[in-house]
Formats: sequence, C-alpha cells, structure tokens
Amino acid sequence: MKKIVQIENVTQSFDTRNGHFVVLRDVRLDIVEGESVSLIGHSGCGKSTLLNLIAGLTRPSSGVMLCDGREITGPGPERAVVFQNHSLLPWLTCFDNVLLAVERVFGARESRAQLKTRTREALALVGLTHAEHKHPHEISGGMKQRVGIARALSMQPRILLMDEPFGALDALTRANLQDELMKILAATQATMVMVTHDVDEAVLLSDRVVMLTNGPAATIGEILEIGLERPRERLALAHDAQFGECRAAIMEFLYQKQVRAAA
Amino acid sequence: MSAAVAVTMERVDDQGREARGAGSAPAAPEAGPDEEVGMNAKAAQADKGAIRRRGAGWLRALARVALPPVLGMGLLIGLWHLATLNGGGIPSPGKTWDAAVVLFSDPFYQEGPNDQGIGWNVLESLKRVGIGFGIAALVGIPAGFLLGRFALLAQMLNPLISLLRPVSPLAWLPIGLLVFQRADPAAIWTIFICSIWPMILNTAQGVTRVPQDYLNVARVLKLSEWKVFTKILFPAVLPYMLTGIRLSIGTAWLVIVAAEMLTGGVGIGFWVWDEWNNLKVEHIIIAIFVIGVVGLILEQVLMLVARRFSYGNS
Ligand SMILES: Nc1ncnc2c1ncn2[C@@H]1O[C@H](COP(=O)(O)OP(=O)(O)O)[C@@H](O)[C@H]1O
Ligand SMILES: [Mg+2]
Repeated sequence: MKKIVQIENVTQSFDTRNGHFVVLRDVRLDIVEGESVSLIGHSGCGKSTLLNLIAGLTRPSSGVMLCDGREITGPGPERAVVFQNHSLLPWLTCFDNVLLAVERVFGARESRAQLKTRTREALALVGLTHAEHKHPHEISGGMKQRVGIARALSMQPRILLMDEPFGALDALTRANLQDELMKILAATQATMVMVTHDVDEAVLLSDRVVMLTNGPAATIGEILEIGLERPRERLALAHDAQFGECRAAIMEFLYQKQVRAAA
Repeated sequence: MSAAVAVTMERVDDQGREARGAGSAPAAPEAGPDEEVGMNAKAAQADKGAIRRRGAGWLRALARVALPPVLGMGLLIGLWHLATLNGGGIPSPGKTWDAAVVLFSDPFYQEGPNDQGIGWNVLESLKRVGIGFGIAALVGIPAGFLLGRFALLAQMLNPLISLLRPVSPLAWLPIGLLVFQRADPAAIWTIFICSIWPMILNTAQGVTRVPQDYLNVARVLKLSEWKVFTKILFPAVLPYMLTGIRLSIGTAWLVIVAAEMLTGGVGIGFWVWDEWNNLKVEHIIIAIFVIGVVGLILEQVLMLVARRFSYGNS
C-alpha cells in the first residue's frame, strides 16, 4: 500500500509566556492511502496539534512531514480540514460556503455551471439539498457539521482531516453522521485522519486507532489495528466480541496506562 | 427593528399632538379649545372598546409598547407647562407649539443668506456632517484595516490616537479656520476630526477580532488575497465598522451644532444662536426637538443597517 502521509521524528514546541513548552515529541506515523485513522488521547495531549501539522496550518519544530513524498510546507486543498466548530462563514449560504471551496479547487478549469453542479453534488452527498440557500445560523449543529464535511469533500481531497467533527453533537445526530461518513468514505475511497475522544467512534470508524500519551511532550503510545470487516453495522457490532476487545484495549490504555491526574 | 422606528416616529407624532393638547389648555388633541377635559377620557374609552371589538392582539401589544413613552412625554410636557405658569423667560408648551406651526408651515423659505427656513438649516447641517463624515470614513476605515493588520503600525499610532481622541473636536476648529480660511470647510474639518477616531478604532478592533477559524479556512482553501478580503475580512469586520460609523455619526451630530454656533452661516447650530440673539426662545426649544429627532433618525437608520449585516451568533 502507498504511504500518503509520513510523519518522521516530529517534535512540536511552543514558546509561551511561561517558557518553552514541548507538546509533541518524536512522533512517527505513516498513513496509508485509503485508510481511516483515529487519533485518541486525553484532552490537551496534542491531538489537534498533530492534526494541524498534517494540515500544514503549523510547521513542526523539528522532524519531517511528508505528503505524497513531498514536504508539507503549508495547507493545501488535497488535505481538506473539517474543523471542530464547523467554521462556516456566517455571511454565506450553505451553497456559497461550499462553492467557495469548489471555486478555489476547480475554478480555473471548469465553467460556472460545472462548479455549481459540483457544489450541489457535495451538498446532496450529505443530504442537505433542501438547505442549500440557508445561512449557517438558520440550521442545526448537525447540519452545520454536514456542510463542513460537504465543503471538505467537494474539494475532492486526497485526505480528509477532521478535528472532533461530531464532538459538539448529541448522541443520535452523531450516530447518524458517523454512519453517513462511513458510507461516503467507502464510496470515495478517501483517506481520513480524525481526532476524537470517543472510544466507540474511534473503533467504529477506523482501520487503526493511534493512542497518544499524556502531555506535555506527548507521543504515540500504542497503535491498535481494528480488524473489523466493512461495511460495519453499528447494531451488529454492539454485541460483537472483537469490537468489545478493541474497545477494552483503548479504554485500558486511556484509563490505566495514561491515568489522567484529576483536574 | 422597523417596529422600533415606528415607535419612535409615533413618539414624535405624539409629542406634537400632546404639545398641541397642552397648548390649547387641557383639551383633547383633536378637540377645539372650547371642549372639555372629559373628552380625553371618553375618547380613550371609545378607543379601548374599539380595540376589544376588533380583538386585535397586536394593537394591544402596540399600546403596551407605545404607552409608557407617551406617558413619559406627557409628564415632561406637563412639568414644562407647570414651570411656565407664572411667566419667566421660558415660553409655555402652547406658545412653542404655535411657533412651531408657523415655522413648519414654510420650512424652506429663503430670504437672503442669513434668513432661511428651518428645513434649509437642518439640511445644511446634515450636508456638512455628511461630507466631513464621508471623508472620515474614506480615510478612517482603510486606516483601521491597516492598523488592525499590521501590529507595528498599531504600536506606532495607538498612543497618538489615544492622545488626540479625548480632545474636543472644537479645539480643532481654529486650525481648520487657519488652514481653510473659510467657515464652511472649517466646520467640515471639525466633523472629520470627531468622526475619524471611532471609525479607525472600531475597524481596527474588528480586524484583530476576525476569528482564527475563518482565517484557517482561508488558509486551507488557499484563497487569494482578494477573496480573503471580500469573503472573510470585510464581512467579518463590517459589524465593527458599522458600530464605528454609528458612534461617529452620533458625535458628529453633537459637534456640528456647537461648531456652527462658532462659525456662523446657514445651519441648525447657527440658527439656534441667531434665535438666541433675537430672543426667540421658543424657536430654540423647537430647534432642540428638531436636533433630537434628526439625531434619533440617524441613529435608527444606522441600527437598521447594522441589524441587516449581523449574522446570527455563530
Ligand atoms: N499555538 C500554541 N501556543 C502555545 N501552546 C499551544 C498552542 N497550541 C496548542 N498548545 C498547547 O498544546 C497542548 C495540546 O493542545 P491541543 O493539541 O489543542 O490538545 P488536544 O489534544 O486537546 O487537541 C495544550 O496544552 C495547548 O495549550
Ligand atoms: Mg483539540
């Protein structure tokens, strides 16, 4: 399998008012084309920091980050990001929010009509055709997050980067979106890297779960292969022994090996 | 918002009516001077009956919104009336109302450069405010963007702005007179000075407050500078800009009256001064109302615009 992202010996530190602060150290991780990877760890350990590094929003203090064999020097449309708080522009309609991304990626090559068709297709993919002319403040949190996903998918990225995309949603909406996301990923064959703090979500959606140790100076503690067959059925998995084992392994890492000091 | 405007307009209307009512002694607004006080209460009762018959809930809601301000205005006019009962320099509400009727029957007469209708005076003042304010916007808003975008520039200019902002704009009037040699541009200059600070500061604050998330979106999409400006920076800063504009126009309207008193010419400020010299105190009181109403309208229009450009709370 082809490696699409290579993270080699990456350390990330910040100079803050309280001095030099190492967030991540010696992170090594290869992500293979088409796989789904979850980053899990206690709050504040550096999950977002790692995702932002892959996105190119920040540069590592040391080490090398490669995408498709080339060094990551900044953000790029082949690495679409779904932000934790959707980050839709409130003054644009859902349609225009997606169109902004479509224009940027395909604007030079395609006609106006083609761009609009792409935008509609992306919104249809997340089931939001009916809301395309609404503004973000007129739709629910789950719908906003879907528009965020549609915007990311509309760019036809090689990698979909998601920072706790469903963290702010209620359990039912979250389950629906997880199911939809699995379908979309199966259909588009996209690579996905997702930050989550939800153990079930990590197991359900991922081929591998990357567990980070506690910060400061967090690094990868364990990587768990999730061998569950696809397509995965939420209900069937609820009683699946293998699912339970994966779950237990992650819980053990989080709550025994990386006990969080009571905050 | 439009409801608020309607209420305001209504208040203005009621003000007029109440003033007239109080003027023709205690008589109902629409009644002649020889009719009785009781008419008021009767009319009110008849009104209430009509409302109940129609069962229109919104009318009652309107009354609930409009009644307290009307009562407040009535109280003011009542006190004013009491205060002027035993003579003195202040004209009674009735005398003022009569003067207003004469004044507003021909607001746009023109008899030489120093004797023009109150309409012309207000328009002339508004024109000065518009020009001074417009130039301030043209300079202040881009300046605000620059200040918000470049920290060094902000560090250079912020102490200067802090120093100059608390200075009364009128202190700048002599400089304007010196530079422009004429009263009109000097007054405009004063308006410019007082309008520019809120616009610079609010725009700059808006730029520094553009959420990092939006800028990250721009970076991930690799938007061009132009797109970043038109699709993200400008819309994000717009509400702050409009606050700046609203603050400036409020101050500008305060300042123009004072500036015109000093510079002379046509304008509501100078008109007030002129009427003082003519000892027409009722005209001064009318001018105070007119200035208040125009200021209120300016404020409400800008609130309306601001409301149009505020996007939920996402
Ligand atoms: N730009 C920054 N400057 C200083 N410290 C930062 C910065 N970004 C993140 N951190 C710190 O790095 C740590 C990890 O943050 P983050 O990656 O957001 O954690 P999480 O795993 O919850 O997503 C936190 O302690 C945070 O305060
Ligand atoms: Mg985070």
